[in-house]
Amino acid sequence: MSVEKKQPGKKKRLARKEKARREFLRTIGLTAGVIGIAGLGYYPVAKSEVIRLRPPGALAEDEFLASCIKCGQCVQVCPVEAIKLADIMDGFGIGTPYIDARPQACDFSCDGLQCVLACPTGSLTHEINYPHETRMGFARLARPDKCLAMKGEGFKGYARGTDFKGVLRYDEIDRWVAQPVSEHKYDLELCDLCMRQCPIEIRRLQCEAGKPPSGDKNQCPPKRAIDLISIDSKTGFAAMKPEVLEGCVGCGVCEMICPTEPAAIVIEARATGVSV
Amino acid sequence: MNYIIESLAQLFGAEPRKPVKEEIRPAAQEIHFYKKANPVTKAFIEELHNRPKVSKWRNRRWLTLLFINLLFVLSYQLDIQLLEGALTASRFAGFHMADLNSALQVMLAFKVVVLNLIIGTTTILIMWLLLGGRSFCSWICPYHLLAEWTEAVHLWLVSKNIIENKTFHRGARTVFYVVFALLAIITGYTVFETISPTGILSRALIYGPGFALIWVGVLLLFEIFISRRAWCRYVCPIGMTYGFVGVVSPMRVTYHLSDCAHEGDCRKVCLVPHVLDVTIKNRARDSRVDLGADCTRCGLCVDLCPTDSLRFEFKLPGSEK
Repeated sequence: MSVEKKQPGKKKRLARKEKARREFLRTIGLTAGVIGIAGLGYYPVAKSEVIRLRPPGALAEDEFLASCIKCGQCVQVCPVEAIKLADIMDGFGIGTPYIDARPQACDFSCDGLQCVLACPTGSLTHEINYPHETRMGFARLARPDKCLAMKGEGFKGYARGTDFKGVLRYDEIDRWVAQPVSEHKYDLELCDLCMRQCPIEIRRLQCEAGKPPSGDKNQCPPKRAIDLISIDSKTGFAAMKPEVLEGCVGCGVCEMICPTEPAAIVIEARATGVSV
Repeated sequence: MNYIIESLAQLFGAEPRKPVKEEIRPAAQEIHFYKKANPVTKAFIEELHNRPKVSKWRNRRWLTLLFINLLFVLSYQLDIQLLEGALTASRFAGFHMADLNSALQVMLAFKVVVLNLIIGTTTILIMWLLLGGRSFCSWICPYHLLAEWTEAVHLWLVSKNIIENKTFHRGARTVFYVVFALLAIITGYTVFETISPTGILSRALIYGPGFALIWVGVLLLFEIFISRRAWCRYVCPIGMTYGFVGVVSPMRVTYHLSDCAHEGDCRKVCLVPHVLDVTIKNRARDSRVDLGADCTRCGLCVDLCPTDSLRFEFKLPGSEK
């Protein structure tokens, strides 16, 4: 700068022109760079290697990504803290809510779909009011060889060990406060945990007993979500196969509670298909 | 009307225009003329610089910024439920609020607007209409605060001649604004949110840190070593959106010509020095001029001005000449 000042007028003007030219080029570089980096966010979306399990009521993935304002209000209202926000590795999906069912599934402890009510943009559609109306995904017996029921085995102990952090609603203990799974000891002759803890099945049984949740008959699921079907066991003892039914909403409780490692039954996000 | 047009031109990246003589009102002309005849002495400037430094507005602003962001964090972490959500959208005591730029991106990408979003956007629009538009940037945005701190490092490095500040054309922000709007419309993704340090920082504070913070770190390093306050000055569409609101906001920083010594310190601390162009000798068109809408109402110049020539003023509509 100080050198430029001593130069005669013409040179000074040239220098100023050169400076402006460089600034212009730099600006082009900055613009291309920042937009390019933002564009990288498309890669994870296009590749969609991991299909996220979205909270109840989520619109179709493309619409969901378009409409989510990434505020996390759904995270804040969830009583079992099932919802997490995606990081920058999700690209355009940064800050969008998802559920990782294995450590903590959505068990509809809130009954009223609090996350749906909290959503300010309708990403979680306000058109649904009850758990059975959602379709987050679909359960699938991914590892039948692991399934205790398939092997005709019972289950005794803590479903996921005593260090497990996840919580579930156990109506008989406290209807309003979800209890740690790690404090709940099971003793089952034949493992039926996936069906036993299924929030849809629990509601169905309550309705059949004439006690629908909150006394609201609308809470009653019209269709069954999972059943255990007898299968012929070559070894001679009663073995059963979990069969996922049309009423499955994909909440992920079966995946969370499944005591085998890895889980025999898993949720396929966004899947709407028939049972396997 | 002039104010609106010039404010918008500056927001879009135009350089401030030197006024021709006919544009300068007689009152201002008189002062310019007087000042020409009675130039300030070096001793006077020195005396001005020796006046005690105040940080009244800066302190108030930092406290507000920290308080609001802390309120978000505590509302969730301590389950106070007063201010739920993040800066992109939230609920204050149950009432919807939505960041104008985030809401805009969602509307463009999704092309459907639900009632809650209309309520939230309108609330925030009215709020910042009253409070000055880009005051969001300096009084609320957590990235602004970090950038202010790293700016000090940048300025130190420059003063030691270790680095040189590289400037960009401010028109870049307009290009970004249009490109991000088009990308939202065409792709249906809120592309800008992926790299918005405001959203990333707000969520990191409330929900815990993530890898996205690396991007914020890269931006801050860029601002330290390459270009002073580059993100806020040349890129951020959030600032642009709130800038539009500021065009019609009655909350402004005003410049009073008569006592100004034109020593130019205000422009040195300013994030958007083009709005302080009026403080250059012979540039003010009136004895009192409102700073353009790109002004973030941060108050650094108000604190710094030794002659009280820059002030916060709330001008009701109609009071304008």
